[in-house]
Amino acid sequence: MRDIIKMIVVLGLIAGVAGALLAGVRMGTMEKIEYQELKYVKGPVIMKILKGCTNNPIKDRFKLKYGEEEINFFPAVFDGKLDVVAFETTGGGFGGDIGIVMAVNLEKDTLTGIGITTHKETPGVGTLVKDSESFKNSVKGLSVNQPIKVKNDGGKVDAVTGATVTSRGVCEGATRGSEIYRKLKNDILAKAKDIK
Amino acid sequence: MDIAKEFTKGLWAEIPPFRFVLGLCPTLAVTKTVETGIGMGLMLTFVLVFSNILVSSLRKVIPPRVRIACFIVVIATFVVIVELVSQAYTYGLYQKLGIFIPLIVVNCIVLGRAEAFASKNGVVASIADGLGMGIGFTISLTVLAAIREVFGAGTFYGINVMGPSFEPFTFMVSAPGAFVCLGIILCIMNMFGKAKDM
Repeated sequence: MRDIIKMIVVLGLIAGVAGALLAGVRMGTMEKIEYQELKYVKGPVIMKILKGCTNNPIKDRFKLKYGEEEINFFPAVFDGKLDVVAFETTGGGFGGDIGIVMAVNLEKDTLTGIGITTHKETPGVGTLVKDSESFKNSVKGLSVNQPIKVKNDGGKVDAVTGATVTSRGVCEGATRGSEIYRKLKNDILAKAKDIK
Repeated sequence: MDIAKEFTKGLWAEIPPFRFVLGLCPTLAVTKTVETGIGMGLMLTFVLVFSNILVSSLRKVIPPRVRIACFIVVIATFVVIVELVSQAYTYGLYQKLGIFIPLIVVNCIVLGRAEAFASKNGVVASIADGLGMGIGFTISLTVLAAIREVFGAGTFYGINVMGPSFEPFTFMVSAPGAFVCLGIILCIMNMFGKAKDM
């Protein structure tokens, strides 16, 4: 009996100390890891749609609460003034959620670019949307004050042939993103006013 | 106890993985390039040294019947620390090594040293043992990775060394190439002196 209790106590203590140690390391590295993941996984997409900006949008990022979720915003400076803000949103695709990064011009309230970070779409079909320049270009310049739709649904975006569901999913995500932007615009401007 | 001897035995006489032929999974999988080979070696060294320290200092407290469970908890803790730190500071390496970082937990060299050495010897000797074994493992992986990378891709640590006209011998960077390469090194090492009691 004493043996069993000793075993339990020793193993329990070791596991407890290990758990505490790991929790500490996790807390200490969390911020750094988040930065690295943004830089390597989403960074290339973000930098592509914010091409030409003079600051480091990933370093200057800030978080705002939208309902329950926290959203990362990436401010971009062009010609010495804060012009564009990029942020993440999601849309429902054919195979699951599509992670989208969209950039919005703060002055004109128009979309300046869109990119796809994560998706589970059918390779060679739904994934065409990710690589289609004409799809991405047809999104540019659209106002965020009205829903973003593909042409089939009475909108202005060119859906990618054969990948209507995915195109629609991206538009739906962009529409959702527009809502986020409209609701949080004042907060965004307040947060980002010092970024140069 | 001769500390220097405990350290140097890991560098030649008992160098892992060539003398033990343990821990082959990472040896074969991450030696495509020198960078990943050295990275894996250093990570394993860290885990080995710290798990040896803890196991040897707790060796009188740990009940024999749950010793393996205790060792694994200790080892897993340091592996997760390595994983988190590498994710935070060397993200490129972390991505390249991928699943093989968490797999250090089940690397036989680490558990083997904890069981065979650290649980029977003092802290200082265990540090020397862990350091020697870890550095030995790093050297082995570096040599293996250097051969595979130079012949398989024509580069060393990402730098082109074979000139532009070199046709890469792609067999070397594939999995069978790793086995062949390991076999040849083992053969050469055995020619130059067999481990005494094996």
